[in-house]
Amino acid sequence: MRDDNNSLKKGLADGIPICLGYLAVSFAFGISASDAGLSVIEALLISMTNVTSAGQLAAVPIIVSSGSLAELALSQLVINLRYSLMSVSLSQKLGKSVRYADRFIISFVNTDEVFAVASAQRGTVGKKYLYGLILTPYLGWSIGTLIGAAAGNILPEMIVSALGIAIYGMFVAIVVPEAKKSRAVALCSLLSAALSCSFKYLPALSKLNIPQGFIIIICAVSASALFAALCPIKTENAKEETAE
Amino acid sequence: MSMIQFFPYLIVSAGVTYLVRMLPMVLMRRKIENKFILSFLYYMPYSVLTVMTVPGIFYASSSAASAAAGFAAAVVLAFFDQGLLRVAAASCAAVFIFELIAAYVQI
Repeated sequence: MRDDNNSLKKGLADGIPICLGYLAVSFAFGISASDAGLSVIEALLISMTNVTSAGQLAAVPIIVSSGSLAELALSQLVINLRYSLMSVSLSQKLGKSVRYADRFIISFVNTDEVFAVASAQRGTVGKKYLYGLILTPYLGWSIGTLIGAAAGNILPEMIVSALGIAIYGMFVAIVVPEAKKSRAVALCSLLSAALSCSFKYLPALSKLNIPQGFIIIICAVSASALFAALCPIKTENAKEETAE
Repeated sequence: MSMIQFFPYLIVSAGVTYLVRMLPMVLMRRKIENKFILSFLYYMPYSVLTVMTVPGIFYASSSAASAAAGFAAAVVLAFFDQGLLRVAAASCAAVFIFELIAAYVQI
């Protein structure tokens, strides 16, 4: 059985917008890491080994202040725990062409955006598609950090400001088309937004100072679980059994 | 900070982040059949992305107003299925144009 999506070319094409968004965001990370006191090579090494925006932003102040390694580990665990959910979810979409060893490499670059784009494909995703998908975002993330840290102040402020929204534009481009097709996804997204805003703007919740990584998990898990209970999807087991 | 002092931080940060991503993908090798879990995994990506977008997007540019313009542009283009690159580019362009006009008329 061949995988539904296993074209290197399509993977590369789908990766380009992520790469462009990452150039913008990692550029901003490079600037802030350099301002905080890290060297260009240190900023670059962080981006090349972590490949995550929120986690890296949280790590820099701990590193430059010579904080404890336990504090660093805990902050990364909390902020990045959402990737566990995403890896479980993506593991269910991997096609037959993805070997055991490939999982060790693909999971390394399983970012929010890579996960979202891979999830939005119909059916299974194959090895060639996934490697195409992660290649340019990884390069963009690394190169953007390098340029930002080395020469962050060459771009006018208005350009940096406009580029900052690129990643969010991509998120909108993934959610809205599915919400248009499925009323349940639309309602689930509205609930998610409301929960997320509550943690930010309701004084009773915002004063708890819950780390952003936990807020994402609490909101996403509760909204998804509620809708999974209220509007379960039609499973395709019956169809697959007759096809095999 | 010297490189010798820096490396333990790099290893801990990268190690924790990688394990969190790698272990579930390597360990989950069979297909889930539970209808509730499958439904949960279907809704989860859209929920996560929405949580990250709202209200985060309103702090992504230099003002909440220009970000709102970028958000609106993204929603409209995404509604008409314009694809990731076009939606992201239009969102950036809307922020840029809004800030240009705002600077010009001194809002």
